[in-house]
Amino acid sequence: MSTLLQQLINGITLGAIYALIALGYTMVYGILRLINFAHGDIYMVGAFMGYYIAGGIGLRGAQMLMGNPESNIFGRVLAHGLLGGGVLQPSLITALVVMLLAMAICALIGVVIERLAYRPVRKYSRLTALITAIGVSLLLENGGQVLFGADPKFFPELFTKRNVNLFGGASINTADIVVLIIAFALMVGLQLIVFRTKTGRAMRAVSFNLTSAKLMGINTDRIIAFTFALGSAMAAAAGVLVGIRIPRVDPLMGILIGLKAFVAAVLGGIGNIPGAVLGGLLIGITETMIVAAGYATYKDAVAFVILILILLFRPSGLLGSTVQEKV
Amino acid sequence: MSRYVRNLIFVLGVLAVLYGLDFVFQGRMINPYISRIIMLCGISITLAVSLNLINGFTGQFSIGHAGFMAVGAYTAAYFSVNYGARVAAALGDGHVGWLVALLLATLVGAFFAGFAGLLVGVPSLRLKGDYLAIVTLGFGQIIVVFLNNIEAIGGARGYSGIPIVKSFFWIFLIAILTIVIVYNIVNSAFGRALISIREDELAAEAMGVNTTRYKVMAFVISSALAGAGGVLLAHFDGYLNPKSFEFIKSFEILIMIILGGLGSIVGSVLGAIVLTIMPEALRGFAQYRMVIYSLLLIILMITRPQGLLGTTDLFKTWRRRRRTKREGETEVMPATKNSTDKPPVKKGET
Repeated sequence: MSTLLQQLINGITLGAIYALIALGYTMVYGILRLINFAHGDIYMVGAFMGYYIAGGIGLRGAQMLMGNPESNIFGRVLAHGLLGGGVLQPSLITALVVMLLAMAICALIGVVIERLAYRPVRKYSRLTALITAIGVSLLLENGGQVLFGADPKFFPELFTKRNVNLFGGASINTADIVVLIIAFALMVGLQLIVFRTKTGRAMRAVSFNLTSAKLMGINTDRIIAFTFALGSAMAAAAGVLVGIRIPRVDPLMGILIGLKAFVAAVLGGIGNIPGAVLGGLLIGITETMIVAAGYATYKDAVAFVILILILLFRPSGLLGSTVQEKV
Repeated sequence: MSRYVRNLIFVLGVLAVLYGLDFVFQGRMINPYISRIIMLCGISITLAVSLNLINGFTGQFSIGHAGFMAVGAYTAAYFSVNYGARVAAALGDGHVGWLVALLLATLVGAFFAGFAGLLVGVPSLRLKGDYLAIVTLGFGQIIVVFLNNIEAIGGARGYSGIPIVKSFFWIFLIAILTIVIVYNIVNSAFGRALISIREDELAAEAMGVNTTRYKVMAFVISSALAGAGGVLLAHFDGYLNPKSFEFIKSFEILIMIILGGLGSIVGSVLGAIVLTIMPEALRGFAQYRMVIYSLLLIILMITRPQGLLGTTDLFKTWRRRRRTKREGETEVMPATKNSTDKPPVKKGET
């Protein structure tokens, strides 16, 4: 019983992270009908941004950018990060600040990618856009290997973790609690933005029909850019949260988790925001259960087996609705 | 001269040339490093041209080609390891014996890869849209996971001890066979149906093309040919590792055909050759190679989304030029898209 509960907690935490990434896939697909392959890599960039914000870019890098980094507070932060530079002590506030900064940077990166790579190919076929997305993904992965270095890095501890015992013998790490709370807060926030604000209404209009939305006076380019910013920020948050949970970041960490998150989006019904959350949780829990059952080596295949099954029996996803194709 | 005689002469000529070149390569008259790259080019051509059938001509989007290649490579390797020596011994254990063993292995590999293509294609090609991309992606991942876990074929350590048959003859025979098969498919009624699906799936369906059937058939053929390419690779180094069939390999093949032009056989061949030689030429910049590739891909998509050669069919352009010259016309027709040649009209499809 306690192991089952334990695995369920682990599964939900993992699922919440998948869900955060899946949201970005589903929003972009909803609006542009584009599988944004680079999204998993934005998550990786987010994790690295968290790493550098907390731990700094190192003395050598800072020296290259400015003469003597130790002379002022700005240089110290650049070299040693918010934690090492002595600006912040490990605490929950630090975790939040690091996450928000990483989200802001990644939102900007998302907008830049959309502007430079996706907008110019929007007028061509969807295949062209898909190939461009693959190109951007490869660029981020390999550029990341050149810029950040190919070897894995140790994510600094943003707050002191400890285990809390639950009823029934299960225990939960404070890191998992924080990850869960932040992830669900972000999902609720996103839901509010999409369903309670004017911009959110515009997003829904664009996803319903781009041309009509344009005719109704919506600045579609701005809305698409905003969607990318929102999705990328979510991915960055997921990156930092994973860094808190499993303190290891490397430039290729986004490939597999990105693919799985995409499967989560398809499982829930691509283009559907609650569906992405549901799909993420389902895949996270299934995967954890498979590992618990002793088939750890097959865990990476689980998501894709689910994908093929869902396409066989319910291609529109669990919460998606079928759309009639018109000429 | 009748068409058949001409074709026969063509086939015999190709075989003779390949066999002759095979002796040159066997006799180590060429630097082994260069001969290795040339043979790898042949394998790449097989993979690229076969992928082009589904991505370029049918307009579907598969990004799991390495998965089918892996199926072909591993099944054929299993066959060769367990039965290859026996087959070769039965035929005198010479060069010819091993060629026959390899022929059987290739058939085994292509069959299983084609079967995998059928399994993947049927559920995903019924649906319109990006589903094939998603499923092939997933399939590629699943295959690697399974290869890592099956001990009988080496698991994560890799599969070693596969008989090595580094045969120029065999590699280029398969490459040329792939080109001929794809070329003939594309220029047949079947091919026109495929192209009509690429241009407008709904319209093709309205014209009576059974789109699902044609898509699945094209996909199975493409997968089987990819499997054959995998077989060549398996016997090239005598060692297979699941790592070499990951996502990145599928991307590499994809970049080859996109660079050359989706829907151009000549483009695929050139793309395959360029992208096989380039890493060797850029060895000093190994770290930046993939960065350059990806930037190249993005810039190409923005500036010339149809690829460098687009849908150019060099054979056709050449033939048309010759014909117009013979008829004394001054006008040289531009290389148009195949689809504009003739609308697909078929019997028994409506």
